[in-house]
Amino acid sequence: MTTTTSPGTPLRPAPTGALNLSRTTATAARVLRQLRHDPRTIALMILIPCVMLFLLRYVFDGSPRTFDNIGASLLGIFPLITMFLVTSIATLRERTSGTLERLLAMPLGKGDLIAGYALAFGTLAIIQSALATGLALWFLGLDVTGSPWLLLLVALLDALLGTALGLFVSAFAASEFQAVQFMPAVIFPQLLLCGLFTPRDNMHPALEAISNVLPMSYAVDGMNEVLKHTDMTADFVRDALIVAGCALLVLCLGAATLRRRTA
Amino acid sequence: MMNYSSVRSDPPDDPAIRAKALNVVRGPRQVLRDLHFTVPRGQITGLLGPSGCGKSTLMRAIVGTQAKVTGALDVLGHPAGHPTLRTRIGYVTQAPSVYDDLTVRQNLAYFAAILDPGHAAADRRHENVTRAIADVDLTSHADALAGNLSGGQRSRVSLAVALLGTPELLVLDEPTVGLDPVLRRDLWALFHDIAATRGATLLISSHVMDEAERCHRLLLMREGQILADDTPDALRTRTHSETVEAAFLHLVDEATAAARAKETTR
Repeated sequence: MTTTTSPGTPLRPAPTGALNLSRTTATAARVLRQLRHDPRTIALMILIPCVMLFLLRYVFDGSPRTFDNIGASLLGIFPLITMFLVTSIATLRERTSGTLERLLAMPLGKGDLIAGYALAFGTLAIIQSALATGLALWFLGLDVTGSPWLLLLVALLDALLGTALGLFVSAFAASEFQAVQFMPAVIFPQLLLCGLFTPRDNMHPALEAISNVLPMSYAVDGMNEVLKHTDMTADFVRDALIVAGCALLVLCLGAATLRRRTA
Repeated sequence: MMNYSSVRSDPPDDPAIRAKALNVVRGPRQVLRDLHFTVPRGQITGLLGPSGCGKSTLMRAIVGTQAKVTGALDVLGHPAGHPTLRTRIGYVTQAPSVYDDLTVRQNLAYFAAILDPGHAAADRRHENVTRAIADVDLTSHADALAGNLSGGQRSRVSLAVALLGTPELLVLDEPTVGLDPVLRRDLWALFHDIAATRGATLLISSHVMDEAERCHRLLLMREGQILADDTPDALRTRTHSETVEAAFLHLVDEATAAARAKETTR
């Protein structure tokens, strides 16, 4: 027999599966709503990649070929770095403010929370990448052989990878100071080894081997495939799959760092 | 008036919380030592003791967020931390846990969507959110950013989150700390109203002893152990004290003397 419990409106025990679509979208909407109260962060996220590309275009004013190479790679690297920073700070705040403990004491699946964050920041990444790609292709004369949609696809996968890495490292940071220091620790080595400064096969074999296991290398390789080939090559598909796979793997590792019970 | 009990899967005569040989270790320190107690349903139980005596750890164990808990701890007929308890318990941490960059209403709307998801429930959620805001007397601030509110107002937003839906057990960690006397009186009136009309069980911690008088039952804690588990009246009578504070001090002295006696006989 089930009757109502009280004068208030009773709650039916809601299911607590691994993923619940409405809880995920509610979380994504909440993250975006938080950002909307912070227009400066949105402006910085969206404008800085464009400004950097603009700067780069005129740094390499005399050698447009170099701009093509570096510009295409950077279109993949910017979303990764921005999303890494934003996610690591946002989830760290969630952990330190007690809202994470509160959410995990509620019927929220860890998958809901992570997918919610990925969805919210993924949306922002699409806007950021679309603007940067559009600017580079149509105003700065970036010369790309392949389809701009493929550039956008890689940029989006990179953003997802950045979100995943940010979520993961936030578990190891006790403060915002530590969280921002993870950027040089996690991102800079990948930046040096990803083939942005010199082709990866020119590096010391040991470094080349390391670069072979870093996901950002494949993001840059993928961008270069689009730069040089008109259609989707097998190499491009492999690179995109590796970046996506890494993002998923790190997201799962990130989920494992969310504990309902803590000391 | 016990009609609320008919929906419970567990027997209504059972206590809301039952602990047997409960131990909690945090790092190298044993924070809770061999606790045995019960918390009756439909009443306000005060958890009192000095700062650092283990009140918050005990509350975290009850809501299932504390690691390294050993012994038996049953909450509403299930082991603490059981997934079905997550919609039945309202929990307020000591520091307000709300999003500073959302308005009061947006904060509550999000937590309501986690507790009661889906489009079909939108109206019910709206109703619950409006009622919870009114319960903590923040209707005039509903559209203010939580980060712009005063400390006391923010802790009331945090409290409102726990009042969403109709939790059968409310675990409140120092909900009235830093609030002015008028607000404290109003909140205690609200707590009594929740216990009386909704039949909910409330476990409220405080280190301010004068709040003890407002509870139906008291658990007095010190250094990870329970000194007394009784009604305020019985405590005062037993210790021949005027106030609960005096009773507490009497019990502390008694415990210290007993410990010293034990040591010298060894």
